[in-house]
Formats: sequence, C-alpha cells, structure tokens
Amino acid sequence: MVTSITSFGRSGLYDWMMQRVTAVVLMAYTLFMIGYLLFSSDLSYAQWTGLFQNTAMRIFTLLAILSLVAHAWIGLWSVSTDYIKQTGIRFVFQSVCGLLAFVYVVWGIQILWGV
Amino acid sequence: MLVSVYRYNPETDDAPYMQDVHIDIPGGKDIMVLDLLQLLKEKDPTMTFRRSCREGVCGSDGMNMNGKNGLACITALSQVVEKDKLVLRPLPGLPVIRDLVVDMSQFYRQYEKVKPFLINDTPAPAIERLQSPEDRAELDGLYECILCACCSTACPSFWWNPDKFIGPSGLLQAYRFLADTRDTAREQRLAELDDPFSVFRCHGIMNCVNVCPKGLNPTKAIGKIRNLLLQRAT
Repeated sequence: MVTSITSFGRSGLYDWMMQRVTAVVLMAYTLFMIGYLLFSSDLSYAQWTGLFQNTAMRIFTLLAILSLVAHAWIGLWSVSTDYIKQTGIRFVFQSVCGLLAFVYVVWGIQILWGV
Repeated sequence: MLVSVYRYNPETDDAPYMQDVHIDIPGGKDIMVLDLLQLLKEKDPTMTFRRSCREGVCGSDGMNMNGKNGLACITALSQVVEKDKLVLRPLPGLPVIRDLVVDMSQFYRQYEKVKPFLINDTPAPAIERLQSPEDRAELDGLYECILCACCSTACPSFWWNPDKFIGPSGLLQAYRFLADTRDTAREQRLAELDDPFSVFRCHGIMNCVNVCPKGLNPTKAIGKIRNLLLQRAT
C-alpha cells in the first residue's frame, strides 16, 4: 500500500467518492444558477440580494463553496503528484493550494453573510 | 519503404537517435513488423530487440509502432504503415537498455505487488479445488494477459507514477485473483489497494484497452476493483 499524507482524505476510495459527490453538488448549483438567471431576465439588485438572504440559498451556496474547495484540492493534488516530481516544490504548491482554499472559504462565508 | 528506428547503445552512443533505413519488402508482401525487424537485423546485426514465440503468446516484442503500442509479431505492416513510413520506438516510459529493449523492472515490481498467485488458507483437498463453470467464467478476459506491458506503457498515469500506480496490467491481474472463488485473501488484497495511487490513479482514459494485443479490457477490471472497494467500505 502506498502511503500519502497530503491527499484530501488519505484514502483513494474516499477521495474518489468525494470527487464525484462534490461534482454532483456543483452541477446542481450551476444548473440552478443558469435556470435562475434565465428565468429572471430583468433581475434587480433587491431581487439578487433577496435570493442570498434566504437561509436555504445560503446553505446551498456554502455547500457549493465547500464542494468546490474539496473538488479543487483533490484535483490539483492529483495534478501536482503527476507533474511535479521534486518533493519540495510539490509541497509548496500543495500548501499554496491549501491556503488559497481556506482563504476562499472564509471569504465566501464573509460575502454570503454580508448581504 | 522508409523505416525509422530508435537506436541507442549506451556503450557507444551519447544519446539515442532515430536511424532511417530504406528497405524493399521482398515480393511486396504484407509481412509482420517482426519479419521487417529481422530484415533490418540482416542488414545491421547490431540492431537489438526482444522476440521469442513470434505468434503473440510470449509478449516479448511489445514496441511502439507508428505511435501505437503492440506486438511486432502479430502486427502486419498493412495495419500500421502510413504513407510508406514506419516509426519504431521502444515501449514508452520505461528505461531503455539498448535499441528497442527496455528495462521492465518497474513493470514487474507492480505485478509482484498484487500477489499474482492463489492464496487459500483452508486445508488443501485431496485432489483439487473445484470451481463451477460459472465461477470459472468470471476469469475469462483476465487470465489471458501475457504481461507484454503494451497497456501499462501506454498509460500516462503509469508514466508519471510507475513506482506507485500499479498500472492496467497489474490491476487486471489483481482483479483476476479478486474474482477467483478459490482465493480467500480478498480482504487483504483490497486493503492493499485502498490508497490514492495504486488503483485510483486510473482516470479511465482507456489507452490500455486501445492497445491490448489480446483484446482485454483492464479499465473494466479496474472498475470492478473500485466497486469491490466501495462495497467493502460502505
């Protein structure tokens, strides 16, 4: 068994399943957004803020943000372990990705609960 | 026709190079690539390649012919030659020993990892361990693998991580023993595979299926391993 401490869930099966579950969430969110924007052509600021003041929408959006971060982490981790051979550079790359993911989550929450 | 062959002799060459050879096929017949290599060797006896059974059973002469891996002995010129030109290279990704001969150690190390033998801790019966015809049929499409390495060396995931990803060939063999009703080590075998590299580096691009000279489907076997891992964990 190959050990790995930098992958998302340490287990290949867990990462594989998370990648698929998060993809479904992102797909649902994308379809919802496209649908919402298509069916409200004369969208006003009040209507747009109203949408994100709704608790259900906040839950759905936060779920999408967390899914995006997990999905990106698993994907970029795979890319980095494929293409970056030097351990040091790979670790730095993965750390930057991890930090960015964390920043985006906090920033996303701030925006979401700021409206 | 023009044959462009990868040449490298570490004792005399600083770097590998492509050698262009013009060759006339006797009688203009449609011969196998291995026969062509034999003609090249008659011209230049230093030309090196592996071959043995010359009928697609031993898996010695796996090589890259006009960009696609396959066995030289069962690939006819008419199947691969384009615009009267043939480019012959060693299997991609493995260290080259000389000309078309590659070092298969990494490939065999991955094969070794999956414990490619029957493990059964129950007392041996007097004669043999029997299987029903249905159970035996589960092994069809798995046991035929001849370990020629055409599939694993066509797989980018194996190119990037040949030390960690088992590769299509090894995983086909892993499933061959996971699917065997006479094997009792399924749990240990699956536990060995549940990391982010061994199985899950496969992204299902099916290069392996595209090149397998025996028409086998490693991607399908990998999918079945994944299902077994899922069943075990949920």
